[in-house]
Parts: sequence; structure tokens; C-alpha cells
Amino acid sequence: MSALLKLEGVEASYGPVKALHGVSLEVGNGELVAVLGANGAGKTTTLRAVSGTVRRSGDITFNGSKLRRRPDTVARAGIAHVPEGRGTFSELSVWENLRLGAYTRRGNLTEGAQRVFKYFPRLEERKGQQAGTLSGGEQQMLALGRAMMARPKLVLLDEPSLGLAPMLVQEIFDALDKMRGEDGMSVLVVEQNASLALAHAARAYVLEVGRVVLSGPSDELRADESVRRSYLGY
Amino acid sequence: MLLGAFTWTEFAQQIVSGLRDGAIYGGLALALVIIYRSTRAINFAQGEMATFTTFIAWSLMNHGFSFWTAFPLVLAIAFSGGVAIERLIIRPVENGPVITIVIVTLGLAVLLNGLMSLIWGGGNRPFNGPFSTRTIDVGGVPISVQDIGIVAVSFALVALLALFFRFTKLGLGLRAAALNRQSSELVGVRVGWMLAFGWGLAAVLGAVAGMMVAPVLFLDPNMMQTVLLYAFAAAVLGGLDSPLGAVIGGLLLGVTITLLGRYVGFVGQALKLPTALLLILLVLLVKPNGLFGRVAVRRV
Repeated sequence: MSALLKLEGVEASYGPVKALHGVSLEVGNGELVAVLGANGAGKTTTLRAVSGTVRRSGDITFNGSKLRRRPDTVARAGIAHVPEGRGTFSELSVWENLRLGAYTRRGNLTEGAQRVFKYFPRLEERKGQQAGTLSGGEQQMLALGRAMMARPKLVLLDEPSLGLAPMLVQEIFDALDKMRGEDGMSVLVVEQNASLALAHAARAYVLEVGRVVLSGPSDELRADESVRRSYLGY
Repeated sequence: MLLGAFTWTEFAQQIVSGLRDGAIYGGLALALVIIYRSTRAINFAQGEMATFTTFIAWSLMNHGFSFWTAFPLVLAIAFSGGVAIERLIIRPVENGPVITIVIVTLGLAVLLNGLMSLIWGGGNRPFNGPFSTRTIDVGGVPISVQDIGIVAVSFALVALLALFFRFTKLGLGLRAAALNRQSSELVGVRVGWMLAFGWGLAAVLGAVAGMMVAPVLFLDPNMMQTVLLYAFAAAVLGGLDSPLGAVIGGLLLGVTITLLGRYVGFVGQALKLPTALLLILLVLLVKPNGLFGRVAVRRV
């Protein structure tokens, strides 16, 4: 299978502090891949290296060509990054946030918006509301909806479950599964909640201090002694 | 303390002339706000940029252009000039401390002022505006056509800008870039160009204010300096990050100081500016963010 996204020996640093020491990973077409690891392992930085929001070196190939380190160019190439803190514009309305999601696209927004509202009807009810006044769950829906508006080939998702009630988390992951099925989108998701991530991902990578220490199909990882003890807690 | 006899006719005239001044302050204040929202700095060169473009209009009119043929040309020049200033002068210090940007704009003001004296010479000169200075009768009150024209042009421009920001994709991109740089980049907004575009718009607003006020004040390199102080006051009064606040602040300020200057003896002409600043100080004591300043609503 040819990979949609491929990282080879990617290093990244914040000033003098190195956060990634040569990470290699792949995401296939229509695949959901999870990145697991403890705090500070470099999960968020891996996503930021792809979207070009951190200084990095190494090769990143997307859809057959090299990815430049410019966030707006990466977005235009078809990658939607839903960052830590969701990256919604709290001062703008829900509808304006969705319009911004489709910023790189030409033409009518209605069709894209209809799809988003199908997955998250609550966003349609709150269309005119200021995004900052939404609940945490609704904001996460808005962040995902905004990403969908771009019709991306790949979504980078950072801790979608953070601070949300389990029911909402389930709703969001179910939506992700549907989006992949219906729209052929790929997802690279960083998640603290390892059992949840492994339940939805086909494959996963485990990071420790900026390196991939383990990778494979979710079933295999779930059976792995060390993964079970460190990340699944049984 | 009241000067002379009070008549409603004169009061109405004072209101209109206050609105005229206020429209100019509001336009320039809006330019300050647009730049403040994206760079978090006050552009002290805003007045000189406006005067510079007004001089270009004056030159064009000396070469046989009519006001209204020169007008769009000057706006195009102003826009390109604003974009160029951001790209060449502001961009290198964009990520530095705000005070650095402020100092750079101060330097730019001095530079433009010197250039104007060099090219066009000092001293003031009459500027033929597009509107007649005769009066027409509006409901029994004689009002100057020029005042009505200035208010109408300023309002039309502000309305156009409001529609642009609200309903176009580019307008939305500009607002997003000012609110959150990184999130904007992640959705594909070219933030650098948005900042430059904002400077272009601010320069256009300044050019319009300059061309409107020049027939009233006469044209000289320092023409906009006092106007800029009023515009700054108007922007602070309205709340520095509120475009609507800037316009309303400008109108309020224009009307208030015109009325105070006319009807309160000790204010007269000389104390207008200090009185305006005192009033603003009082407002800010009660509303520190200005009348329309943003108090972010956020649920975490």
C-alpha cells in the first residue's frame, strides 16, 4: 500500500530543546492511525512537524510530494490540523468558523456545511452563536466540522477526548469512523486515552521521549505486555 | 457662561459641523484600529501617510485631473503604498516587541513628513475639494454642502468596509488573521499578506480622510497631526479593537468638542483638545476598555 503521509527520520525542536529524535511513521489512504505515549513523549510535536508549526528537519512526504514547512501551504495541500486547544476562533460565530474551514476551497459552501451538520446537528442549531460560548464538546465538534469543511485528505487530531465527557468522546470517535468510511479521509490522531484510540485505529505508534519505540496493528499492541502495563493500565 | 444668544438653527449647524469633524476622526480612527488589531501597535505614521496621499491628489489635480478622476487613482496608490510599507518596513520587526513597531512607525512619520517638505515644500496651500462650500436649506437650517458631502463619503466608505469584512472571504480571512495568527495559518489563510492588506486598507481610509479634510484645513505637511490626535482619542474612546467603536467614538468626539467649543466660554478654540482628552479620561475611568472594547466571552 502506498502511504498518503510518510515521515522519515523527522527531528523537531523548540529553541535549543529537541522534542523529536528521528520519528518515522506512515498513514495510508483512508486509514486511522493513533500515536500513543506519555506526556512529553512528542505526540503533539509529531503533528506540529507535519503541519509545519514547529521547526523541523527530515523528510515528510504527502500524497507523493515533499511537504514544505509552511502551515498555510500544508493546509492548501489537503491536511487539516485540529491542534491542542482546538484552534477555533472564539470571537467569531460558529458559521464564520466553518466558513474559515473552507477558506482554501472555491465555490459554494452549502454542500460541505450540510455534511458537517449531518454529523453534528447541534452546530446547525448554534450557527449564529459566538464559538467561545459553546460547551467543550460542541467546540470539539466545531473544530472537527471546520476541518471537514476543507475536504481534507488527512486530518491531524490532537487529543480530541481532552476534558470531554465519555459520551461525547464516543460521539466524536463515531463521527470520525463515519467520515473515513463515507469521505475516504485519513486520520492521524494523538490520544492519551489509549484503549479508546486502539479501539478505533487500525495501527498505532508508541512514542517515548521523541522516538518511536513500538508500532504495529492495534490488536498486536493491545496484546503487548508493556503497552498494557504502561498505557492501558491492566 | 453661554456665549451669545442660543438659537436652534445655530445649534443644528454646530451639530452638523461636529458630525463632519467626527466623520473624519472616525475614518482615521478606524484606520488605527485596523492596524492595531493585527499588529497590536498604534501607527503613528497614519496622519503623515494620509497627508502624503493628499499631496499626491493635489499634484494630480494640478496636472489637470478633476477631483473625482484623481480620487480612485489616489486610493489605488494609497493601497499599494500601505501594502509596501507593511512588507518592507513593518514586516522585519513584526515579531519584535510592540514598542519596536511603534518606534518604527514614529520614524516613518518623520520620514514622510520630511519627504513632503522636500517634494512639495512647506507652507499651506488651498485644496479644491469636490463639494461646494455654499449652503443649502435643510428644514429651515442652512447647512454647508461640503459638510454633508464629507459625512456622506465617510459613511459610504465605512459601510462598504463593514460589508467587506462581514460578507467576503477575504474580509473573514483578515479578521481571522488579526484574531489568531496560528489558527488562521492552519486553515490556509496567508497571514503575512493579510497584515499587508490591512495596512493597505488603513492607508485608503487615511487618504479619504485627508482628501476630505484638506479643503477645510488647507494642505501642508503637518495637516493631519492634530487630526491624528483626535482620531487616536476617538479610537481609545470607542475601544481600540472595535471598528464600530472607532467610528462612533469619532462622531461623539467631533460633536462634543464642537459644542463645547461653541457654547462653553472657557473652552473656546484653544482648549478643545485638552478638554477632549479630559472627557476621554473620564470615560475610561468608568469603562477601561472603551465604550465598545472587547471583553472576551469564553467558556473553558
